[in-house]
Amino acid sequence: MECSFALTGKDYVIVAADTTAARSIVKMKIDEDKIKELSPHLLMAYSGEPGDTVNFAEYIERNIRLHHIRHLVPLSPSASAAWIRRALAQSLRSRNPYSVNLLLGGYDTAEDKPKLFWIDYLGTLSEVPFAAHGYGSYFALSLFDRYHNPEGTVEEGLATLKRCIDQVSKRLVVAPGKYKVKIVDKDGVREVEI
Amino acid sequence: MARRYDSRTTIFSPEGRLYQIEYAMEAISHAGTVLGVLAADGVVLAAEKKVTGKLLDLSASKQGGYGGSGEKIFLLNSNMIGGVAGLTADANSLVNYARSAAQNHLLSYDEDIPVELLVQRLCDMKQGYTQFGGLRPFGVSILYAGYDPHYQFQLYHSDPSGNYSGWKATCIGSNNGTAQSLLKQEYKDTMNVKEAIGLVLRTMSKTMDSTTLGSEKLEFAVLTLDPETKQPKAKIYNAAEIDALLKSEGLAKKDEDTEMKTAS
Repeated sequence: MECSFALTGKDYVIVAADTTAARSIVKMKIDEDKIKELSPHLLMAYSGEPGDTVNFAEYIERNIRLHHIRHLVPLSPSASAAWIRRALAQSLRSRNPYSVNLLLGGYDTAEDKPKLFWIDYLGTLSEVPFAAHGYGSYFALSLFDRYHNPEGTVEEGLATLKRCIDQVSKRLVVAPGKYKVKIVDKDGVREVEI
Repeated sequence: MARRYDSRTTIFSPEGRLYQIEYAMEAISHAGTVLGVLAADGVVLAAEKKVTGKLLDLSASKQGGYGGSGEKIFLLNSNMIGGVAGLTADANSLVNYARSAAQNHLLSYDEDIPVELLVQRLCDMKQGYTQFGGLRPFGVSILYAGYDPHYQFQLYHSDPSGNYSGWKATCIGSNNGTAQSLLKQEYKDTMNVKEAIGLVLRTMSKTMDSTTLGSEKLEFAVLTLDPETKQPKAKIYNAAEIDALLKSEGLAKKDEDTEMKTAS
């Protein structure tokens, strides 16, 4: 089942999501990228109802791209989060709402700070030091409570993430096999192997 | 024949000019002076009030503060002040539009609108009125003093055609040429707010038609950062504060009574 994690460190945010695309009890694909790069300093991991997720993520991606083309100043992570939250909240009150959960990790180039937001399909938005969605969150959050260091290095952050993934693999019946991990910092977005 | 291309904003003259817009700009160059100076740690705006007189009821604008001290300087958003020159009625409508646009941005993005974005929104509106038929352009130039985390303190100017530009120090309204050449001579890149206040007041006192500066002729505002919260803090001075400021800068008008007493 779908799992996504994210955590902040001293000057970066790590975002991780499993790569399985499943339908019912069948895995259809095991190398699906569920983390979109919305802008040079913004990552969004999405999970939820298949179809809704990709549709909504592309809608967000293109609107944020449009904003960048139209305006001289890029949208900050917190402004993007507020806008995305509103899009979900409006969708929730429509005839067919999107059921999509998001983790939004970005680097605020104006403030020189990493930012992480937890957003769910009900339009809840909160800024957090670490976050998780899916069944993995039941294991990951307690590990983050114990091991997360907001001033940690990238290596330390990746080690904490590794703990979460290992624990989920060990204890969760429907644990996903593979994860994609991306890091965003002042230099932009990069993908790392874990 | 000279009037053929004057009457509509939407029609070019054979020389490729839009007369109505040029007339609007001409109208502004007769309006009260508005002057702005950008410093490293803040922006200063000053404006000359034209409508004055003993019988004018100023009780509503005594306070200064949030809405503005009267005629020409307005708070557009918590991070932006606007100084307007030109038709007051047009200006009020634009200020209203700017405030709505800023609040809409706050609603959508949960942050103060970046300065240049709000300037652009107003300029889009102004430009529209130079192109679509049957309407007259806004007879207003605006100086915007603002702060955002992207470019820190900023000073912009927009005119009736919908053009805008960023400045270190500039002036609109009557005698703007004189004021601008004074600013060009005296402006220094290293200035702080205190020095900028001095420069603004000195320049105003030299360019304004009246011989002495006083709160009945002057509006004044400063945008700085709150030292504790690091958030932009707009201060629009009230009449008493302006007089106190002029006194401390040595530009206050001399009290005629005391002068006579010393003479006698």
